[in-house]
Amino acid sequence: MNDEVVAAVAQAHRRDWAQVFSTTAHLTRDLDLAEECAQDAFAQALETWAETGIPDRPGAWLTTTARNRARDVLRRESVFRRKMPLLVADDTVPGPEGGLVDDRLRLIFTCTHPALSREAQVALTLRLVCGLSTPEVARAFLVQPATMAARITRAKKKIAAARIPYRIPDPDQLEERVGAVLEVVHLIFTTGHTAPVGAHLVRQDMVDSAISLARMLHLLMPADAEISALLALLLLTASRQDTRVSADGRLVLLSEQDRSRWDRQLIAEGQSLLLVALRRRPTRYALEAAIAALHAEAPTWQDTDWTQIVRIYDALFRVWPSPVVGLNRAVAIGFRDGPRAGLDALTPLLTDPALATYGYLSAARADFLRQLRQWPHAATAYEEALILTDNDVERAFLTERLTDVRRHLLGPPTAGPSTGSPSG
Amino acid sequence: MARYMVLIYGDAQQWDTMTDEQWKAHNAAHAAFVAKAGAQVIDGQQLESVPTATSLRSDALGRINTTDGPFLETKEALGGYYLLEAADLDEVLSLATLLPEVHATHSGVEIRPVVDHG
Repeated sequence: MNDEVVAAVAQAHRRDWAQVFSTTAHLTRDLDLAEECAQDAFAQALETWAETGIPDRPGAWLTTTARNRARDVLRRESVFRRKMPLLVADDTVPGPEGGLVDDRLRLIFTCTHPALSREAQVALTLRLVCGLSTPEVARAFLVQPATMAARITRAKKKIAAARIPYRIPDPDQLEERVGAVLEVVHLIFTTGHTAPVGAHLVRQDMVDSAISLARMLHLLMPADAEISALLALLLLTASRQDTRVSADGRLVLLSEQDRSRWDRQLIAEGQSLLLVALRRRPTRYALEAAIAALHAEAPTWQDTDWTQIVRIYDALFRVWPSPVVGLNRAVAIGFRDGPRAGLDALTPLLTDPALATYGYLSAARADFLRQLRQWPHAATAYEEALILTDNDVERAFLTERLTDVRRHLLGPPTAGPSTGSPSG
Repeated sequence: MARYMVLIYGDAQQWDTMTDEQWKAHNAAHAAFVAKAGAQVIDGQQLESVPTATSLRSDALGRINTTDGPFLETKEALGGYYLLEAADLDEVLSLATLLPEVHATHSGVEIRPVVDHG
């Protein structure tokens, strides 16, 4: 087995898994059997390609191999399988934008069906659409592999028993259902962009999975503005990936990042997608992408257009009134008008129960208080923020800041006002 | 085709205090649902209120106890059901959104696939 073949199979797995699996599932109408056959096809590729060479179209080779295997099994087990609940699939019908429906799209809508819990939607999407292994999916969501395997099995069983269909939703349901797909993709991205737990700030496999899902959706439904907007947001955000952590593994704030190392290609692609998306009514992801674009376009931190960013946050809060948007808006106000104004903007959020355990609120307050030299309050806020994150890189950053603040708290011996003269 | 049980739950107190006018609108909505679902409705009934319920279960010695009241004491009571035939869950979801209980804040429906014994 040579390295070239191994690399080709790995590449095909990343690029073609969804296609191989989804078309096989359409044939078998059984997700487990389709998984088995698709996995067999990739294993077969390792052997066959080493002998006969890598085919010109690896994806087509794998699909044919997986489907042939599925046909064999179906022939052999036809009596047994007739008794099993099968996937309800439509046959070739025109897709939402004309042309034949791609099975990958059917698969995505099945995995993110609203009758499944959000947890199950994310797990199934990563497992079946992105082709991640169950332990990989488990690691991303901090559960034991056995727990994740049980979650995936339960979800597959529900798809079969409740007859969650393997097809594109009707036009009257499409917008809502695309919304659910995008939420799943966005959640996968944010889980990877700042991992909630662990030694690394970024979990690259999750970031890559989310971007490839968004790219796939954009390819399959190019006229959907909200999909373009989400892809723009992911690309613009990911363009800074390499500069967010220093060579020695420390967190680097946006203000300190080496902008010459931002990925210009991703930024350009994100910008042009965003332009298309903004021709429509501005939506959540389009506005978030617009903010990311303003950061990407600022030549230096000092050149950041905070006035415009606050304005977009205002618009975003109108279409997506989430407390987290309120928090980011307050932070932007702080950068525009100074730490005092930022702190004032944060104040109403302190009583929001949705943010009660949200570490970034404490961290944002801590930073404004530090700039205002309110050392005792700043120290308390950093301590709070530290309790609320389990990411080692973030913890190291916050600890460093806290140490710095505590040094001021004790104060150099000569700095404090005199408290009276010694008697004598 | 598959069968689905649509169980209608709601706050009985709220149902009890509905005016004649509200019941008229409510029943009209059910009629619209039945008209739309057509032959897909295999059966569907409104149930008498929870205080009319009788439950049976055995104790540790295997003696059957008859008790007054529902099997589960819950705030939301089972108020009725439909047994539907549909191609898939999406079809049931789209029909069920026509039910008036889905539009009131105190009530809703639970959809359960019926086991197909072939």
